[in-house]
Amino acid sequence: MENQDKLILGGREFSSRFILGSGKYSMKLIQAAVQDAGAEIITLAVRRANTKEQENILDYIPKGVTLLPNTSGARTAEEAVRIARLARELGCGDFIKIEIMRDTKYLLPDNQATIRATEKLAGEGFVVLPYMYPDLNVARDLVSAGAAAVMPLASPIGSNRGLATRDFIKILIDEIDLPIIVDAGIGKPSQACEAMEMGAAAVMANTALATAGNLTLMASAFRQAIEAGRKAYLSGLGRVLVRGASSSDPLTGFLGE
Amino acid sequence: MENNFIIDNEYLSAAAIEKKHRLETDPSSRTDHMQYMEGMEAITSDVRSEVMAHFDSYDYTRYTAADVRAALERENCTVEDFKALLSPAAEPFLEEMARRARLETSRHFGNTVYMFTPLYIANYCENYCVYCGFNCYNHIRRMKLDMSQIEHEMKVIADSGMEEILILTGESRAKSDVRYIGEACKLARKYFKNVGLEIYPVNTDEYAYLHSCGADYVTVFQETYDNVKYETLHLMGHKRVWPYRFEAQERALMGGMRGVAFSALLGLSDFRKDALATGLHAYYLQRKYPAAEISLSCPRLRPIINNDKINPLDVGERQLCQVLCAYRIFLPFAGITVSSRESAKFRNGIVRIAATKVSAGVSTGIGDHESKYTGKKAQGEEGDEQFEINDSRSLESMYDDMTQEGLQPVLNDYIDV
Repeated sequence: MENQDKLILGGREFSSRFILGSGKYSMKLIQAAVQDAGAEIITLAVRRANTKEQENILDYIPKGVTLLPNTSGARTAEEAVRIARLARELGCGDFIKIEIMRDTKYLLPDNQATIRATEKLAGEGFVVLPYMYPDLNVARDLVSAGAAAVMPLASPIGSNRGLATRDFIKILIDEIDLPIIVDAGIGKPSQACEAMEMGAAAVMANTALATAGNLTLMASAFRQAIEAGRKAYLSGLGRVLVRGASSSDPLTGFLGE
Repeated sequence: MENNFIIDNEYLSAAAIEKKHRLETDPSSRTDHMQYMEGMEAITSDVRSEVMAHFDSYDYTRYTAADVRAALERENCTVEDFKALLSPAAEPFLEEMARRARLETSRHFGNTVYMFTPLYIANYCENYCVYCGFNCYNHIRRMKLDMSQIEHEMKVIADSGMEEILILTGESRAKSDVRYIGEACKLARKYFKNVGLEIYPVNTDEYAYLHSCGADYVTVFQETYDNVKYETLHLMGHKRVWPYRFEAQERALMGGMRGVAFSALLGLSDFRKDALATGLHAYYLQRKYPAAEISLSCPRLRPIINNDKINPLDVGERQLCQVLCAYRIFLPFAGITVSSRESAKFRNGIVRIAATKVSAGVSTGIGDHESKYTGKKAQGEEGDEQFEINDSRSLESMYDDMTQEGLQPVLNDYIDV
């Protein structure tokens, strides 16, 4: 049966909800990773694609996969805008993931600059996916600025620590009408599964694969975990009993007709 | 045992020999190495006092195996942990350190390894640094490339596929002024994506000028953070001024450079203390300038022309590996460069643990890339090398070897914004 549950970004439909990073492992493995992850979207750093190398990372990305170039290296909104335009010139399409970092140690996103860059690039016709620290006010501003999705971080990039910001991501899922794509810090398939159960629209991972013993096997594990989490979310998770919450002696028993 | 750095040569005049000997033997004939010379910008900064407070008080003999174990178990390495990891007590834990370092490297850099090549454009030098092949008293073939020669060298290098270049000069403002270096940067931007500089320290406005010419990364080796020892090794010239050199990276960042690199030349002084100061110099500067990209190098002393006995003393490969693992665990996000001073075997191994950048196709001479790359006889003159390299692999063979190690070579990860 055909999968009717689609992820829609920038007017395009995707069956897969696994967004694959590409920057931390060998280019020769990209094809296999895409295949085993069942990924339809793959990110790449514009600064890596901006090369004269015989071996350009762009050449390794299978046809038919949507490129999601990112603006890593940008420290300001203006720099992110320039990198996005360069991505378009390089033939990477109209999708752009905004990453603006003013801190080389933790690589935490600059939310304020991200709002400004989103507004500018959405105005130029880009499908903008901003990477952000999960803050409801910022997420609302990103919606107003024209973002196509919001990408909150789960924990610091590369940390593999999972959903450290779980409660705040849940608020975004509940309150924001755009797809919420959990980005950064997802280290295990179980964490990706949990994000999907919460109602995330998709999950992105890179380091978790790069640091795995067998990259393609891990890619396929993520694929299954994301699919499982999505199904659980769609099916409606059962009630979790909280100790003491289910009294046999009803509190409202005194009420008359 | 110490290195014997002092050598004479028959080409010096009697007056020059006399001055040289006086500098070597009579400390009162030397200038105050802690005083800025005329034209040197003094900035206000706490970084030096923060680093040196740790340097001065670091007694690595008091760390124990328990301290090292605790450091390896802690998720975020503290300054105290870093000190333990650099101590002799950590030597038996080298394998554990390497495993932890490898994990940190892979988290932050995946399996990528970056490549670059240095280009020396002049080897004139006004300093007398006793261990350096370019020192003004050493008898070597001096040379300064003109712009057409520089462009020729750059074409040869770019044809090999290289996209990142590090421009170097000897430390002579008179022979290689900031304008000259700036013109070289402008040329470099025609052929390379990423241009770094390793030149004498300059003022903030000069770094800003060089940045406007296309350079975006500045490397300055402090040589040793032990300023008393420094005084005995850098006997004459601008380089003698230790604090001005210390503050170079900060001035570079103030001038708009994207990143800065740090290093002590291991083997000159107490390597554990020098490694501590190098890491902390980077650490405190990154705290002050969080957007700055930082990287560390770890050169060891090498033989030079006319003195082939110079060696890194007690810094063996195991000690170097310990330092590199400690750097990686303390500063997981920092780039670490291992140059061609080290052997191919060492570099092949260390890129799997801690290093993220290696040079390839290296010459430390002047104007000799064509003859070294193609074997073609040199058209013009060539200038002598700063030191003897150990690993002479070309870009192509380095690329293949890194791939063999399971790594993804990256020639460019830079975008000019």
